[in-house]
Amino acid sequence: MHRIDCPWCGLRDEIEFAYRGDATVRRPPADAGIDAFYEYVYLRDNPRGWHVEWWHHAAGCRQWIKVVRHTTTHAIHATAKADEDMQVPRS
Amino acid sequence: MSRYSAFRLFLNGLTGHASWPRAWRNPEPRSSYDVVIVGGGGHGLAAAYYLAKEHGIANVAVVEKGPIGLGNTGRNTTIVRSNYMFPQNHRFYEWSLKLWEGLEQDLNFNAMVSQRGVLGLFHSDGQRQIFARRGNWMRLSGIDAELLDRDQVRAIVPQLDFDNARFPIMGGLLQRRGGTVRHDAVAWGYARAADRRGVDIIQHCEVTGIRIVANRVAGVETTRGFIGAKKIGLAVAGNTSHLAAMVGLRLPIESHVLQAFVSEGLKPFVDCVVTFGAGHFYISQSDKGGLVFGGNIDGYNSYAQRGNLPAMEHVWTAGVALMPALSRVRVLRQWGGVMDMTMDGSPLICRTPVEGLYLDGGWCYGGFKATPAAGWCHAHTIANDAPHALNSHFTIDRFRQGLTIDERGAGPNPWLQ
Repeated sequence: MHRIDCPWCGLRDEIEFAYRGDATVRRPPADAGIDAFYEYVYLRDNPRGWHVEWWHHAAGCRQWIKVVRHTTTHAIHATAKADEDMQVPRS
Repeated sequence: MSRYSAFRLFLNGLTGHASWPRAWRNPEPRSSYDVVIVGGGGHGLAAAYYLAKEHGIANVAVVEKGPIGLGNTGRNTTIVRSNYMFPQNHRFYEWSLKLWEGLEQDLNFNAMVSQRGVLGLFHSDGQRQIFARRGNWMRLSGIDAELLDRDQVRAIVPQLDFDNARFPIMGGLLQRRGGTVRHDAVAWGYARAADRRGVDIIQHCEVTGIRIVANRVAGVETTRGFIGAKKIGLAVAGNTSHLAAMVGLRLPIESHVLQAFVSEGLKPFVDCVVTFGAGHFYISQSDKGGLVFGGNIDGYNSYAQRGNLPAMEHVWTAGVALMPALSRVRVLRQWGGVMDMTMDGSPLICRTPVEGLYLDGGWCYGGFKATPAAGWCHAHTIANDAPHALNSHFTIDRFRQGLTIDERGAGPNPWLQ
C-alpha cells in the first residue's frame, strides 16, 4: 500500500487516489505540428527509477497532485501541488 | 541428444531417472553471431527456434540476464485463446493458437496444452450484443466461438452466482479451443528445441548497452563482454523501454505491475477458463488442483515484480462475487510481473529506426498466449527485414499514423488497457 502525502489532506492510503501517469509531459502549442502532438500523447520515458507522476485525490479533496515515486522500490520521495516543479533525486 | 518418448521415460525409470542428458547446453558466448536475441523468455526462445527452423539461421544466441523463463513466462495465468474482435488481433492470435495445437509434437516436449475452453461472461443485453458481435467477427475468420445462454453456462460452471445483484449472469461467449498451457514447459521446450538446432542459450548475461555504428547495430555490450551481432531482436517485455533507451528510442509504452494468485490444491472445481470481464477477474484450475487467478494491473508505473494489497483485495472481492464458494479458499502464492502497457493495448513486433534492431514487446496482459506466433513473426521480420502479413500492423508508427488497434477502446491511457 502506497501512503501518499497529499499537500492538502496529509498522509492518505493509495486507494483514495486515481493514477494519471507521467507528469513531465507538456501539452505543446496548438500549432506545434503532428510530431509534437504524437510525442505528447503517446511517447513516454517510462524510467526504471524515479518518476514524476500525477495522482488525483479522487476520494479526498479532489485535487491533482504531483508525486515523485520510485518505480522499482515504490518509495515516495516527495509530493507537491500541481503547479510546483518537482526535482528527481540523483540516485 | 535423445528424443523424449514414453519408452525413454520407462528406460530411465529403471535407473531412477539419474541418467537423463541435460536438456540444453550451457555455452560460453562466441565473439559474434548472425542474430542475438535479447531476453530468454518464451518469446525470445521461440524467435530463436523459428529463426533456425523456418529460416535456416542457426548462428543465433539468446542472451538472458538470469535463468531462462523467470520473467513474465513464469509469471502469468497460462491462458491461451484467440477470442479478439479486431481482425488484426484475432488472425494473429489464431495463428498462435494453431501453433499451440501442434507445439508438443513440433518441440518433442510435453507442454501440457489443455484445450479446456475459455468462457467469457456477460451480464446485460448491451453486453450480450457486444459479445455476439465479437463472436461473429471471429467466426467470419474461421475461428470457433459459441454464444451461450444462461442455462448453457450453468451446465458448464454451476457454481457461479447467477443472480448476483450487480452482475447477474445472462450467458457467455465460449471458445472451446482455448485453454491453458504449462508455462514453464513452454520456455524449456523452446530452449531444448532451439539448442538442438544449434542456438546458443547464454544465461546470466545481462545486456548493458547496444553498440551502434552508422545507425546500424554492431552488437551488444553485456556483463560477459561484447557480443557482435548483425541483427538484434529485443524480447524483453516489461523492460522494453529500458532497452530501447539504450539506443535513444522512446516508445508508446508504460511498465505496470500485474499480479496473479494460486490457491491451495482442490478437487476438480473449475473445468474451463472463466473470465469475468465486468469485475476483471479470470480463473482456471491447474492440473495440481490449485486455482490460478488474476485481475487488473495495480495501475501505476512499476518495474517491481511484486504488487500491492489494494489490487489483491479487488481481485479476491471480484472472485468471491463471481464464485461465492471461493470465500473459504486460501491463497498459497502471489506474484507480480512487469507488463509493457502500450497506448492502445496492442503489441509491437516490428523493425525500429535503427537498422538491424527488431522489437517484440508491448504485450500488455496478452503475452503468454502470443508466445508461438510472436516468436514466429519476430523471426520472420528479422530474417526478411520485413514483417509478415500477420504482424505488419503491429508497428510503432501506427500511433503517429492514427492506426491504433484499440480493442478495449480505452484511449491512450496505458493503465486502463
